[in-house]
Amino acid sequence: MTLTHKFLSATAALALTAGAALADPALIFDLGGKFDKSFNESAFGGAQKWAAETGGKFGEFEITSDAQREQAIRQFAEGGSNPIVMAGFSWATPLETVAKDHPNTKFVIIDMVVDAPNVRSVVFNEHEGSYLVGMMAAMASESGTVGFIGGMDIPLIRKFACGYAQGVTAVKADAKVIANMTGTTPAAWNDPVKGSELTLAQISQGADVVYAAAGGTGVGVLQTAADQDILSIGVDANQNYLHPGEVLTSMLKRVDVAVYDAFKAGDKVEVGVNVMGIANSGVGYALDEHNAALVSADMKAAVDAAAAKIASGELKVHDYMSDEKCPALTF
Amino acid sequence: MDKMPKWADVVLLPLISLLLAGAISALVLLATGVNPVAALGVMIDGALGSTRGWGYTLYYATNFIFTGLAVSVAFHARLFNIGGEGQALLGAVGVTLACLMIPWPHWTIALLAAVVASALFGAAWALIPAWLQAKRGSHIVITTIMFNFIAGALLNYLLVEVMKPAGIMEPASANFPPAVHLPNFADMLAPFGIPFSPEAPANVAFLLALLAAFLVWVLIWRTRLGYEIRAFGFSETGARYAGISGTRIILISMLISGALAGMMSVNNVMGEAERLVLNSAEGAGFIGIAVALMGRNHPVGVVLAAVLFGFLYQGGAQLSFQLQIPTEMVTIIQALVILFTGALDQMIRAPLERAFLSLRKARA
Repeated sequence: MTLTHKFLSATAALALTAGAALADPALIFDLGGKFDKSFNESAFGGAQKWAAETGGKFGEFEITSDAQREQAIRQFAEGGSNPIVMAGFSWATPLETVAKDHPNTKFVIIDMVVDAPNVRSVVFNEHEGSYLVGMMAAMASESGTVGFIGGMDIPLIRKFACGYAQGVTAVKADAKVIANMTGTTPAAWNDPVKGSELTLAQISQGADVVYAAAGGTGVGVLQTAADQDILSIGVDANQNYLHPGEVLTSMLKRVDVAVYDAFKAGDKVEVGVNVMGIANSGVGYALDEHNAALVSADMKAAVDAAAAKIASGELKVHDYMSDEKCPALTF
Repeated sequence: MDKMPKWADVVLLPLISLLLAGAISALVLLATGVNPVAALGVMIDGALGSTRGWGYTLYYATNFIFTGLAVSVAFHARLFNIGGEGQALLGAVGVTLACLMIPWPHWTIALLAAVVASALFGAAWALIPAWLQAKRGSHIVITTIMFNFIAGALLNYLLVEVMKPAGIMEPASANFPPAVHLPNFADMLAPFGIPFSPEAPANVAFLLALLAAFLVWVLIWRTRLGYEIRAFGFSETGARYAGISGTRIILISMLISGALAGMMSVNNVMGEAERLVLNSAEGAGFIGIAVALMGRNHPVGVVLAAVLFGFLYQGGAQLSFQLQIPTEMVTIIQALVILFTGALDQMIRAPLERAFLSLRKARA
């Protein structure tokens, strides 16, 4: 059997077994897995919503190693999937290579910008959303001390923390923000026990509102905050329902919308950079029946006013990534 | 007298373990509505059915050969080095410094420098737990596993604060210059007219791994030092009585072990990613333990077990991709193989030994 023959038969087998006909979209998850209660799961939610609405099918793959990134994109592209959506900043380097080899396939990358004629890059202004929940934390806090629990000490999480701290100090200039990171290995994104311990440690330092930006670890943060009767703030998806009446709000990062929009547009998906911020509801804070009692009218008015100012460009929240410095918090 | 012939120990026993693991995996697959025969076909075709599949299988195998050898060298001195992961991470820092700091004219010289740097960094990371074990009696299992986390923290700090190019979101070093690009199998086989997938990550480091396996065999079974390491492993008091310094053996065998684990990074950092990312070792340090166990701490066994695990990694990825089954299922299959070949060794060994004994009795 010749090499081309092998590739052809492998591709044919793929198209058959995956149950994905030509031009079905595909979604590739980052390390951390599909059910991480946060980023990847949110992306999956968007894809599921599309499938439920249209009855369409989509290919999916969870990588378990960095070496699989290029392999996964290539295989979907060779199998005819279009568009191919990948969630996470680590996809940029492999995508740059593969996008060139498949000029007729559309790719969507979330959280990073790849400059290629067939790539749509979706980035989120996490600092803006975090600013809003930071304001709410400061207004809800009685002790004047609030906490932040991140997954790993990486630039993305510093961007969350920095926006949050700016929101806090905008309301109470002398408020104290305690920031902790969960760990140094990828296990840090799914370590609710450690999240719980860090929450207890922050409570003992006076914190009475904690914001978790740590994937599955946040489940432990929210649980412990509820057990200890302090307020918590969820992230990425709306996590208010996890502990009704004890989760102040959630910082929404609409990864699901980004995936849903890309799937819906199909192979006609618009290429270029797409910034999802407060102005286009890409980020925001969650308000529903579970936290309505916690958010006072004053609080809502103040936050909505700030959101309007951010949307119009009147108020600029400092983006940690712009100069890798944070005026409100030191790392 | 041995209870059973050597061939049964090295061939039959692992084979039975594999078959049992395969049988239980088949049941698990059946329970989730996947045809196990088709699944096996997908795995074999995905890992060995094309040069791309082979390229991935051997790429993973290269990592596991290095870490498997690392575990087995230490194990000959009865030291359980669980720190392969951290030593590989430090080795990766060494490779990255070697590739980024000096403008190398040709990849051959860069490869030599990278090998030396990764070995030095890996060995240095193993030195502290080794010294603590030799001089203070701190248990090597505890210290090496803790050093994995310290290595993770150090790498995190270095990438975010020192090595990351400004303005980039991803915690990763700059890309290595094209001059240090290691030839992959496609480049290596092209002069012989053999076509090989250029996208597969297997590279010249595979040959390096085979060389390392040979050198480990020479060291352990053909040198005085190797004899001393084995003697110390069999009986510490006996070795001391024979004038072998325990401190020296612990330090040397752990340094070699750490160097081998560190050299893994020549494959994954220099040969594949061509930059340093967080968690670059990706658990290969731990897989090395299973590989060494299954390979009976012999370099030939380690190489074969490493290829098997490479097959499981690549075949498993294809399984999850083509049949759209969750990765957790693939993890279950991999875990069953580790469980049966490593942990449940005695369960199969005892009946097998009894069978051979009764066979011998019947003949006598």
